[in-house]
Amino acid sequence: MSTEKTFRLDGRDIPFIEGDTVMDAALRAGEYIPHLCHNPEFPPHGSCRVCVVDVNGRHQCSCTLPADENMDVDNSSEAITDVRRSLLQMLFVEGNHTCPGCEKSGACQLQAVAYNTRMLNPHFTHFFPKRSIDASHPEIVFYYNRCILCGLCERVSRDIDKKSVFAITGRGINSKLEFNSLSGKLGDTELSADDKAASVCPVGAILPKYKGFEVPIGERLYDTKPISVVGDVAANHSAEDSVLGNADEYSSDE
Amino acid sequence: MSEMEMAESGKTPKLKVATAALCGCFGCHMSLLDIDERILKLVELIEFDRTPLTDIKKVGKCDIGLIEGGVANAENVEVLREFRNNCDILVAVGACAVNGGVPAMRNQFDLKECLEEVYIHGIGVENPQIPNDIEIPLLLDKVHPIHEVVRVDYFLPGCPPSADTFWTFLTDLIAGEAISFPYSLIHYD
Ligand code: SF4
Ligand code: SF4
Ligand code: FES
Repeated sequence: MSTEKTFRLDGRDIPFIEGDTVMDAALRAGEYIPHLCHNPEFPPHGSCRVCVVDVNGRHQCSCTLPADENMDVDNSSEAITDVRRSLLQMLFVEGNHTCPGCEKSGACQLQAVAYNTRMLNPHFTHFFPKRSIDASHPEIVFYYNRCILCGLCERVSRDIDKKSVFAITGRGINSKLEFNSLSGKLGDTELSADDKAASVCPVGAILPKYKGFEVPIGERLYDTKPISVVGDVAANHSAEDSVLGNADEYSSDE
Repeated sequence: MSEMEMAESGKTPKLKVATAALCGCFGCHMSLLDIDERILKLVELIEFDRTPLTDIKKVGKCDIGLIEGGVANAENVEVLREFRNNCDILVAVGACAVNGGVPAMRNQFDLKECLEEVYIHGIGVENPQIPNDIEIPLLLDKVHPIHEVVRVDYFLPGCPPSADTFWTFLTDLIAGEAISFPYSLIHYD
């Protein structure tokens, strides 16, 4: 008999090691738990709540929850999918997500996770917040409309690039991403297009200039295969790629 | 033929379908027509009431109402409410009906700014003035998805939803089955 520690996820035994979160162990075992603010390369942030699972009857955030024996995790029932879909619908109505006109469409993690929950409508009343675009940087354009405040660019710029270009300021509905420069403009920060922070955005908020709509419809990252098969936007990004990804390069075990 | 006579003759009455294009680009209606020759099969099952295809102006009692486009002016509100009052099942068709779509990008600006940009400061405008004829429906302050104005029963996302999305939706619905879209038919663009 193996002495490996395990917990149950959708009826399957998932092995884990000391220090694993539920998300870590599930992803390693090939079980997809939807997530937006979490990128397995970096420590968890626990802010978007899209990774919600039901653990022994309670809703928990799987990217921050330490794995433990005796856990019975529901990651795929209709009930937990409904909760996730509601969280996503709130993210959509809080911003301005005009997908047909967005360069990231088809390779956007917010969209892909929404498809995963079979979200057909935004359900809530739209905020239609008035937000601008910052195109002051020579290589990168920033769309406030699409930022979901996942904090990935902030964390990566601070911890990996050591530049602290981004910061989330304000509270609640007034939270906003700000840039570290006297003018407040992205173009006056130290951000460079090869910074890791320039390519971690899961949505179409931080985009490289001159590359929009490069990949034709039908060949984009999530056009034919779901995110549970294809994986995250960031994981599919390599230095040579545009951040828009290219579906041809990924093999799947479908 | 009354429903009774229909039943006796063994024929099921055709479902009545109405469609309207509010603040959209007509792309969703074009996409519906993209079902190509399947439309012959469809007209055996349904009969069109008010739609831009029949040119009937007033909507009658219908089983299904398909709404393309969001709500941008007073006439859109009136038509949408008329559809809701007359259709058993009301469907938001396409990105504009579902979330306002591209027209809702004007919500970033004040209405006055939009009108001035087009009719006063626009390139090549002669005799600049903001149109103000009683015949022109008044614009709403903001463009809204239709579920913010009336209750909506189904949503077909996509810009436009593909012909297969229409086909799957209508045939599943008419057959009385739960509507189930494969992965490739759920997209927001
Ligand atoms: S960021 Fe994603 S969800 Fe938002 S508009 Fe772009 S494609 Fe759509
Ligand atoms: S810009 Fe992108 S990475 Fe940064 S907080 Fe917004 S959504 Fe997250
Ligand atoms: S992925 Fe866990 S809270 Fe965002």
